[in-house]
Parts: sequence; structure tokens; C-alpha cells
Amino acid sequence: MKPAGFTYHRPATVDDAVAVLAEVNPAGKVLAGGQSLVPLLSMRLAAPEHLVDINRLSSLAYVRVGDDGGSVTVGALARHADVERDAAAYAVLPLLRDTLRHVAHPTIRNRGTTVGSIAHADPSGEMTAVLALLEGTVTLRSTGGERTVAARDFFTGPMSTCADAGELVTSVTFPVPEGRTGAVWTEVARRHGDYAVCGTGVVVTLDDDLRVAGARAAYISVAPEPVVIDLTEAVAGEMVDDADWPAAGRLAAGRLDPGDDIHATAAYRSHLAEVLTTRALREAAGRASVAA
Amino acid sequence: MTTAAFGEPIARLEDPRLLTGQGRFLDDIGHQALAAAFVRSPHAHARIVDIDVSAAVDVEGLVAVYTHEDLDGRVGEPLPLLIPHAALTHGRTAYALAKDEVNHVGEPIVMVVATDRYVAEDVCDRIVVTYDFLPPVVGIEAARSAELLVHDDVPGNVSAHLVQSRGDVEAALAGAPHVLELDLDIERSASTPLEGKGVHARWDADDASLRVYTSTQASTSVRAALAARLELPLDRVEVIAPDVGGGFGVKIVHPWPEEVVVPWAAIRLGREVKWTEDRREHFVGATHERGQLQHVEVGFDDDGRLLGLDVTVWHDNGAYTPYGIIVPIVTTTQLLGPYKPEAYRAEFFSLYTNTVTVTPYRGAGRPQGCFAMERTMDAVAAYLGLDRTVVRERNFIRPDEMPYDHGLIFQDGRPLIYDSGDYPATLEKLKKLVGWDEFEAFRAEARAAGRRVGIGIACYVEGTGVGPYEGGWVKVETDGTVVAATGLTTQGQGHKTAFAQVVASELGVPVERVQVTTGDTRRFGYAVGTFASRAAVMSGNALASAARKVRDKALRIAGEALEADPRDLEIVDGVVRVVGSPPSAPGSSIPLATVAVLANPLRYAFDREAERATQFGGPVDYSKPPVAEGDSPGLEDTGYYSPPRSTFANGMHAAIVETDPDTAEITILRYCVVHDCGRLINPRIVEGQIHGGVAQGVGGALYERMVYDDAGQLLNASFMDFLMPYATEVPVVETDHLETPSPLNPLGIKGAGEAGVIPGSAVLASAISDAEGFAITRMPISPSDLFSLRLAQESR
Amino acid sequence: MTESVSESVATSGPPRVPVTVGVNGVSVSRQVEPRSVLVDFLREDLGLTGTKVSCELQVCGVCTVLVDGRPVSACTFLTADADGADVTTVEGLSDGQTLHPLQESFVDHFALQCGFCTPGFLMMSKALLDGDEVPDREAIVEHLEGNICRCTGYEPIVEAVEHVAEKLRGGPHG
Repeated sequence: MKPAGFTYHRPATVDDAVAVLAEVNPAGKVLAGGQSLVPLLSMRLAAPEHLVDINRLSSLAYVRVGDDGGSVTVGALARHADVERDAAAYAVLPLLRDTLRHVAHPTIRNRGTTVGSIAHADPSGEMTAVLALLEGTVTLRSTGGERTVAARDFFTGPMSTCADAGELVTSVTFPVPEGRTGAVWTEVARRHGDYAVCGTGVVVTLDDDLRVAGARAAYISVAPEPVVIDLTEAVAGEMVDDADWPAAGRLAAGRLDPGDDIHATAAYRSHLAEVLTTRALREAAGRASVAA
Repeated sequence: MTTAAFGEPIARLEDPRLLTGQGRFLDDIGHQALAAAFVRSPHAHARIVDIDVSAAVDVEGLVAVYTHEDLDGRVGEPLPLLIPHAALTHGRTAYALAKDEVNHVGEPIVMVVATDRYVAEDVCDRIVVTYDFLPPVVGIEAARSAELLVHDDVPGNVSAHLVQSRGDVEAALAGAPHVLELDLDIERSASTPLEGKGVHARWDADDASLRVYTSTQASTSVRAALAARLELPLDRVEVIAPDVGGGFGVKIVHPWPEEVVVPWAAIRLGREVKWTEDRREHFVGATHERGQLQHVEVGFDDDGRLLGLDVTVWHDNGAYTPYGIIVPIVTTTQLLGPYKPEAYRAEFFSLYTNTVTVTPYRGAGRPQGCFAMERTMDAVAAYLGLDRTVVRERNFIRPDEMPYDHGLIFQDGRPLIYDSGDYPATLEKLKKLVGWDEFEAFRAEARAAGRRVGIGIACYVEGTGVGPYEGGWVKVETDGTVVAATGLTTQGQGHKTAFAQVVASELGVPVERVQVTTGDTRRFGYAVGTFASRAAVMSGNALASAARKVRDKALRIAGEALEADPRDLEIVDGVVRVVGSPPSAPGSSIPLATVAVLANPLRYAFDREAERATQFGGPVDYSKPPVAEGDSPGLEDTGYYSPPRSTFANGMHAAIVETDPDTAEITILRYCVVHDCGRLINPRIVEGQIHGGVAQGVGGALYERMVYDDAGQLLNASFMDFLMPYATEVPVVETDHLETPSPLNPLGIKGAGEAGVIPGSAVLASAISDAEGFAITRMPISPSDLFSLRLAQESR
Repeated sequence: MTESVSESVATSGPPRVPVTVGVNGVSVSRQVEPRSVLVDFLREDLGLTGTKVSCELQVCGVCTVLVDGRPVSACTFLTADADGADVTTVEGLSDGQTLHPLQESFVDHFALQCGFCTPGFLMMSKALLDGDEVPDREAIVEHLEGNICRCTGYEPIVEAVEHVAEKLRGGPHG
């Protein structure tokens, strides 16, 4: 299990990086934390001709809270652990830390980048779902310039995105949900830190009378790409304690069509989606009701 | 200084090296060696049509490429069938490199030797093997139906068929007031040590000798096998097991294909060659275990006493049978556990499949046997509405019935006779430890809180310390250091500490002064190996015997020097003295080190010890030779231990689990163990064996399975998908001991290596069944499986 | 069969990348293949074989080393990326013959058997104890969740780390 050879590029600036990517396009692959890529290289399931290592691009090693506190932007070289530990980000968007604690193991979080996991678009990747749930955006750079893409347009399938091989994802932005909201991540994995059998992140919004105004959920491991489902119709207008959360869970499960794999049947995943959605929504609503 | 030794929980002597990165495991050796890698079959069943290496030959750093055609002499023959048996009528073994046909994914076909592993893998990538696909036989059902065959010349895919019985089971079942039938299923798992296999070979052309380091559980046997294969005199081959990163059974098999061809290549090339198995190779190129289907028919009376027990086992032996049929023999004999059904019949079919070969994994067939028996006990209890411990207790062999002869033949070919054990007392301890009688109150409390909990129990008896023999060698050096060696190997069990404790106790020296070597054929050439929880029993007693002989000789020589009767002498803290005399009293004591000098009368005083010895040169009897007839120089001796038959350890586990009513997640709330492995050399080491075994039992019950698809591809050949439990998944284990010394050996030891793992699936199935209210018959069980079972129950 | 028994010395060879790494406090400079992973660099190029390899997919914790103080899996870390970094391996844990408190505690708690996973557990635990907060039992278990031990059943390892943490806290064992 040793990687095949490749031509190695270690650009010092973002401009250099996109120049190299353009030059070798489409034979280039970006290496950041390598926690998805290097295992694939070692198993020789991936053997790119060119590897563009962006670990020298220190300008991308940041976690930034927007001026108004309305968003968190994560640069391409911020490790999961950097995002997880960032106090300012936690203050405005605790969901990031809450979710990151479910992402793999501490060593992987120390090395793997949040942006890298999103660019990898693993349908089991928690942060892909969080980005989709919050209707975040992805910023890409190429020699042709910069563009920003909505999460829903970015993910195009399992391990597949709209990014061109000549583009570098430089950052992602997680908007902070507006209004009186509560957000929760929950998942069931076979062992702690494993890819989830089913995972869901939810946001519940309450109106000024503490009635449910909105409920949305995003899922991993039950669809080829991060799926966001609006569940408001099942619970709209109800007080937190009176809302029919299980109905929302059933609604979600009905919209999902998971597959079987070696760890779980489709029926079990579907059932989990229902149960976890119900639990997460109830908890998120509880958080929203005590939110300032 | 520690003088206490046997029975004391002293710290392990192995630890400082291992904790500072100074351990020497296989891949830490032979830094300059060439690296080997293998092209392995990607198909479960195929004929090899062509092997094209032309695209690989110009890779820089390539040294050699070998296929079966190149294997000369006996190296090209099928690997040995290590343990033949009359019932194994259709045993088959693989070639070191596949010849014409492959029978499982992972079978080695081409060996590449290159300057390093990266390059070797580059070469492997460029070798093109063309296959004719053959339909694979995957799973026990497919093997049993025999619509397709693994080996053309093995009818029904049956390698072996064996029936053993005692009493007339048909009559017993016909006459029984109640009869139940159970169909049970245990899936595959594997030893999965964190260090894979590996072998390093160095040929010394000047000396015409071969030195092989290999990560094995049986270095003396690898040596014999290699000498035979490579057609070398035995004394020109030395095999050393360095530090070994876990074995758990898989490393008892030998010689592995790689163990043959790596040394062969080293000789041919005149260069050091090393192969270190990577994780993917280990999954498909080593061995698995556990997979069985079982059918049980049990007849019993109104009290739950077993009148007749009829068990049929279909055992998946994978593609080949290098290790014979040990596993199904153990299953069908050890299944009986602590019980004595009036009539018993066990039949097994060992079946070929196009999957990785099956050989013993810690427990070696016992977990499956225990599962069959204990599921049966629970079924009888449920049927009669009796407490599960009551039914078990009523079927126990009583202490006054020991030794108890089951009238069957065990895996060592000897009668299955239990030596000792007190099962009712063990059960009482366990019930107290887990709070069996208070559980219903806890269940009611939990239920009121919307929680679902259950309690389970499982009992086992484990034949340990099987023969034929082990040996030990002990020598007192002239500086007072005691060196000892035994031929069997160690894989982390703390043998060097435990054996040092045995030797120190017998000899009367501080334990720190004893240095033990294991698994090095240069130091001790006669040995069998480490398996079947036998090391402490076998080598412990052998080393004790050697140490006693050395002690006797030391007392004799010291007696001459001190002009005292040896019967009046004792050895304390490494000093021989007149019994009861104060330490170092002049004229009444002599250091063991000095005795060692005296034991070897030399012409030359080459060091201070030799000089010092002259002061004890008392009156010389010139009529006698310096070394008496029949005596030998030096303070050293060798001892062997060969038992008449196996010892039998036993234990009982109880577990309390919680199952989530919504997500079907299974959590172990408590896990309790009571075990009796005879006298303990080091209680902490024994406890470590139990805890580690339980962790593997939990893994086998709730997480670990080998998932093959219909094409014979192993779908989870990595640690990402083969789910060994982490710290977050293993419960705290509560233990209690009984010590019923074995009457079969001087130290009264029974062995503990496998105990912890045996009842894992049985006890957790029992507890989950209790929580859910329906019987679990297939293990392992995942939350997804439990969810499916719940659905099936609801639709009944 | 293909055999070439002559000593082939790589004259051209694949292109290499220069790296300078601080390893256990000593600065070393080497030329490495870009595909070299850190654990092979430590073991093969530097002869520091204390760090072991098992899963090669960063999920067993066996190859854990500290890079700039943070525990990472050396099996999926390109050596080239360690350029300029400080790497600590198990060989750098003890101070000469004096064992690190974690190493002592592992002895006292029988926290190792075969010893193959032990360097990874030690480095992981060191990183935890070097942190700002003294961890409790739950934090220790969670932190060690990516390290597999096939021998001990974990309890003695957790106890060993807990013991050192309690000492740091000046607790009952302090």
C-alpha cells in the first residue's frame, strides 16, 4: 500500500497554485490535508499524474467570522481542528463545533481540512451536509478568476462537484441562520468516529410567539449527495411542545431513498432518518426557544 | 529488589523496551534488505492463462520477478498439510505461488523483489495476469449445496466429515419429554493482529547457513519446514521470532507461502530479502475463522436436564486446509462446556469455499461451540419458564465427578477428560458479581424510564495446555545473571516476565536477574509453538523443571565448597546458605554466581569471578576427575514437560446490555467475568489476557464480520470497514477468580490465553435476547440486524 | 523469471524534494521522493523504527506522531509536507534512561501487551496531556477513540493516562 509516483508541485502562492493547475489541467489533483486523498493514493485507487500541494498557502489557513457575525468563512488550509477550536466561530455558529466532533478521529481532524472534505464531496461527509443545510457557498479560483457557487449547485453527485480540475476551492462560507433558531447535528455510526450510517443536521426557526416558522434538515449517508429537505409543513405554526415532530421525521424519511451497504440496510437507514430527524428537530426547537 | 516471584503482580520486564521505541518487530529488522511484494489474485476462482511481465522489466530498482514456474525442487510443491486426520479425506493446500488455478482473492501468484516496497509495488502494477474465470463458491449454503465445486476433485466440497458420539442420542431424543431444535449461524471474523505477518531472510554463503526472522507463533516449526522445503540441513537454518505484534492464532500457520519464497529468493539472489505484509494483504492473504452453520436438537426433562444433544456443524474452511480440521473438532468437543448431557452426538462437515483459508483464531472453534450450547441452554430455560442459571446449574458436572470423562476424543487425539473445576462455585460467584438476582428490579426501573435492558450469561470450559511437549533451559552465568530459554514464541503475553517469575521462584534469585529468550531456535531448538493457551502450562512447567535441576546442582556444588550437606542449604536472593543462617555469614554462604564459576572448572583465570572462585578451592580429591562422570560443566540444565492430556480451564461471563428502542443501538452496560485457570503466575498478566479476550469477544459479537459478495470479493478489507472496537466500544470488565489447581502439572497451571474471547457472542446474544424478548440465533449482530429482526418479529 | 543480481545504484531515479525536519529536537535534511509518507521517512530514511505501521489508512492510530505538537497519522502525511516542521516520535518521549510519566504509568497499569500500538497511544496521550485542560476519563476515552489496541481491552491504557492526568491535577495520586 504505497502511492504510485506523481509529479509534485508545491506552489507558494494562490496565484502559483492556480497557474500550475491550469498548466496540468486536467491531470492535476489538489492536496491539502490529504486525509481523503492519501489513502486513495496508497491503495492506488487514485494515481494522479500531478499533485498540487497547497500546504504552503498559509494565506488560506484562516477561520473568519463575518463583520456582522452573520457568517463563518473557512479558508482552504484551515484544519478541521482549527475550525472546531475557533472560539469566535463557535460563538456565532456552534453547529460547526458540534458537528466536527463527529468527524472521524482527532488525528484526522488535526490534518484534514474542512474545505478539502467539502471539495471531496463524500456523501458521508458531515461538513458537506452542514454547508448545504446552511445554504452556504463555495469560492473557487482559477487563472480565469474567482467564482462563488451555492452549495446546492456545487455538489453534483457522490465524490463529484461542479469544480473544474483547473480550479482551486479557496474557501467556503457558512451563513449563520437568521432569526430565533436552533441547530443540531446528530448521527448514528457503527463505532465512534466512523462514517455515519445516517446523520442529520437540522435548523429550526421560531417566530416571535415561539411558534415554529421553519424546519430544515440535511442528511449524510442516505443519498448520493447532501440532501436538504424542508420539513416546515409538518410542524409550521405549532408551539415547540405541541409540534408533531415525528410527523416531520416521517416526512423526511419518505423523501429519502437510501441504499444498502455492508453496514446497514436501506430500511434501517430510512428508519434512522426518521428517528434522528425527530430527535434532532425536537432538540433544535428546544435550543431555539431559549435562544436570545 | 524483588524476591517474591510466582503469583505476584510484578511489572512486566518487557515494557521499558517497548515503551521507548526499542522493540524490534519484523519490519524494524533488515534495514538494507530488498523488499518483496506480491501480485495476488483479484478473482475468487480462476485459471491462470498467462502472466506477462514484459511491461515491468524496465522499472528502475527491480531485482527479480518469480512465478510458480521458477520455483525449483520442493519449493514448487504444494505447501504441507500440517495436521492430517483420518477424517480429513480431501485435504488440499496451496502452492507458494499459484500454479494454474487460484481459489481465493488474495492468493499469491507472482513475487517481485525490488530495492524498496514502493518500487516493488510499481512493478506489481505493471504485471498483467490473464485469467479464465471460474464460478466461485461463496458462503456455507453454496458450499453445502455443491452445485459448484471449489476443487474439481473434491465431491460435495467436503474436506472432512466426522461424527463423534457418546450414548444413544436417537433413543434419548425419542424418549425425551421435550425436544427443541435450533438453527444457528456464526459469521467469519479474524485474528487481525495490529502487526501483520512478515519475514526477513539472510543467506550466509560462507557459512552455507540461513537466518530467518519471521513474525510467527512457531519458530521451531518454521525452521523444520524451511529446512525440508529448501532442502537444507536443519542445523544450517535458524529461525527467530523477534518482537511479534500480536498473533491471536493467525501466526501459528506455517510455513506461509511468503515464509518459503522469501528465504528461497534470498538464497538465489545472495541478498537480504524482506517482506512485510500490508493491511490489505493481511485481510486477503492471511486466514480467517469462525464461520459456521449449526443445527441443534436437544431433548430434556421437566427440570431442564439434558437427556440427548445432537449437533450438526457445517464449517467453512475456506479455500485450503493447511491446518487440518482442528477448528471444527474443537467446536464439537468443547461445545459441551461444563455440562453432561446423558447422550451426545456431534457431526461436522468441513466445507471448501472460494474465500480466504480458515485456521484457528483465539478461541479456535470454542466461541462457536459455546454459542451453540449456551443458546440451547437459554432455549431450554425459556421453554420451561425456568431461570437460565437454574437450568445450567442442573446440568453441571459436579466437583466430585472430577476427573470427568466425556468419552470423546479431543483435538490432541487424546481422551476428553476434564481434570478439575468447580462449576457451581463459579456460577455462584458470577451471580453475586453481576447481581443476577437483583436484575429484575433494575429492569423494572429501566422500563419505567422507557429503557430496554437485558441480562445474559454464558459458561465455557476450555481445553488448554495441549501437548505434546515444551522444553526449557536455564543457566546461571558467572556474574549471577540467570539466562533461560524456551522454544515457544511470544506475541505480547508477557511470557518473559511470567517465565522469569517461575525460574526465579524455583531457583531463589531476584526476578530482575532472570532473562528469558523465547522463539529463537539458536537458543532452544525443541518446541511446538504458542497456541491453545498452552505457553504457561507447557513452558512454565518445563522451565520450572530445568530450574529445579540447576538448583539441585547448585546445592551440591555449594555443599562441597561449604563442606555442608546440600539438604541443609537453601538459595535466597541468589545466595546459597545454610538454612536459617544470616546473609553472607562467612563460611556458611556462597553466591550463586560463584557456584557457577565452580561448576565450570577452568584452566585459566580470565576474569575476577574466576579468580574469586579459587578461594573456594577446598581440599581436592585427586583420585576424581574435575568433572565427575555423568556430570557436565556449568550451572545449567534443560527440562521438558509433556502432559498426559490437556488441562481444562473454565469460566462464566454475564453481561447487561441496553438496546435503544428507536435506533436499535446496542450498549453494554456491564460485563462480568469469573474464571478459573488454576494457579496464577502473575495475576495482572492473566487479567490482561482476560480483558483483551473480552474485547475481541465484544468485537466478534457486535462489530467484526468478513463481508464477501457473491463473486467472492471481500468488501471490507480495511480497518475502515472491518470494525474492531475502539476504547469507546469496549466495556469495563469486572472480574473475579477461582483457583482450582490442575492436578496434571507440578505448577497447577491451566492457561488463560483464549478464555476471555470464548463466550463473547453467546453472552451478548443471551443478553440481547433477554432485552428484546426473542431469541438471537445469528452473530455478530449490528443495530441494522437488530432492526430487521424487530421488523420480522412484528410481522409474525 | 527476471533476475538482476548486480548492485543497481539509482543513478537517475525519480525527482526528489528537499526537506528539513526537526525530529525529536534534531534538525535533519534529506532528499525524498514526493510520494514518500512520513512514517516511511522516519523508519526507513532515519532508522527511527519506534513508530509502527498498521492500517495505512489513518484509522488505527498506530503511526501517530506529533507534528508541531499536534498528533497526526504519519501513514497519510507526505514527508514533503513535514518540511520545516517539528516532529516528535516515541523515541523523543523519554529523557535518556528516564521514562516519561506516561511511560511509567503504562508499566504500572499493564497498559501494553505486544507493544505494537503503544507508541501511538503514548503520542496521542502526550498531546492530550500537553493541552491546556487536564482531561477527565471521558475526555481521555474520546481522545483515544482513533487508536486500536488488539491486546489489552483498553481499560489499563485509559487508567494509565488517567493516573498521569490526576497527578497533573494534584489529585488522589498526586
